[in-house]
Amino acid sequence: MCLGIPVKIVEIKDQEALVEVGGLKQTIRTDFVPEAQVGDYVIVHAGFAISVLEEEEARETLELLKDADVIP
Amino acid sequence: MLSLEPREVLSKISKMGVSASFMEVCGTHTVSIARSGLKKLLPDSVKLISGPGCPVCVTAQVDIDYAIALAHQPGVIVATFGDMVRVPGTETSLLEARASGGKVEVVYSPMDSLNLARAHPKEEVVFLAVGFETTAPLIARTVQTAKAENIPNLSFLVLHKLIPPAMRALLALKEIQLDGFILPGHVCAILGSKPFLFLKEEFHLPGVITGFEPDDILLALFMLVKQKKEDRADIEIQYRRAVRPEGNPQALKVMEEVFEPQEANWRGLGIIPESGLALRHPYWDFDARRRFPLKIMGSREYPACGCGEVLRGVISPQECPLFGRVCTPDSPVGPCMVSSEGSCAAAYHYEEHP
Repeated sequence: MCLGIPVKIVEIKDQEALVEVGGLKQTIRTDFVPEAQVGDYVIVHAGFAISVLEEEEARETLELLKDADVIP
Repeated sequence: MLSLEPREVLSKISKMGVSASFMEVCGTHTVSIARSGLKKLLPDSVKLISGPGCPVCVTAQVDIDYAIALAHQPGVIVATFGDMVRVPGTETSLLEARASGGKVEVVYSPMDSLNLARAHPKEEVVFLAVGFETTAPLIARTVQTAKAENIPNLSFLVLHKLIPPAMRALLALKEIQLDGFILPGHVCAILGSKPFLFLKEEFHLPGVITGFEPDDILLALFMLVKQKKEDRADIEIQYRRAVRPEGNPQALKVMEEVFEPQEANWRGLGIIPESGLALRHPYWDFDARRRFPLKIMGSREYPACGCGEVLRGVISPQECPLFGRVCTPDSPVGPCMVSSEGSCAAAYHYEEHP
């Protein structure tokens, strides 16, 4: 099952990070997101971060649609 | 997330007046679509069909029987993600194996299997490596760690499946008419968009890589309908906040180091070339099939179970004769009713049932 909910990185040490999910703290692996920084939001799958969320990118999707004259 | 009201997106979809059927190949999409009631909100001309997107569901019966047989071996602890536990094999399930003295431990992360092996040095821990491209790199990293730390009593039953070859096999069957795909967000967070270009090149079909919120799926449907209207067949990314076109290079590298493609046996689709993964030679010591070469005889699926047809999108869960009568979440006959992301379980929980 894929959890689409992003979690926030509170602390990073080596290949592990402490993340906060709804007030609870959990340790995850950061092997696949070496660029992750404290404060970033990541997508976690089975204890591993697999992607760092990019708000800019999310906005870009909407901009793209605006350009295509889809969203007024 | 959207600055647009969902009903406005729905109205734009309706106004395009396109008749089309789209398939999702991700169990989490299946659940999100069922839970949100999206099918009922869409115009009748836009149909959604579930495909082979639930990893547990597509696992062949003989492989489930192998996992259960492992749990019956003296001195073996089977470590697994939770949704495999209740899946019925030919005779029993892992749950029943545990009730009759077998050792089955549910883990959240594959990394937990390392701790389990360290904590039980006199026993053999076997991790059931089930999942698509989202999960395979995590297992690969765990295998590398087990090798680096020289953990002798841990091995992996590798049942990983790859989504693009299954989609190609499904399209080649030509059993159903499809106009495009809602592509799996987190599989694509790893793979990127390139492995799906065959949809455009070989089948002239569009695909949109999509997130898991109902808003994400609705926007993806809008993008698919628009492509169909414009007779385009592009692989677009709706889920830009998490997916880059190139995927996740670190995860791909680790997956490539540890695994090589091999044929795999899919429930409903049969054996598909290069649609699964096998451990590469340097990691053979961690292959559970080499460590425990068990012969599994007489594996068969429950007669009349429609999981195979459901996974190919040929029938809806409600069209299976067992659905809601013989087969329910409390007393499941096939894996599609067991797994939380199975099409039948989603249909039973959120749609109509007898």
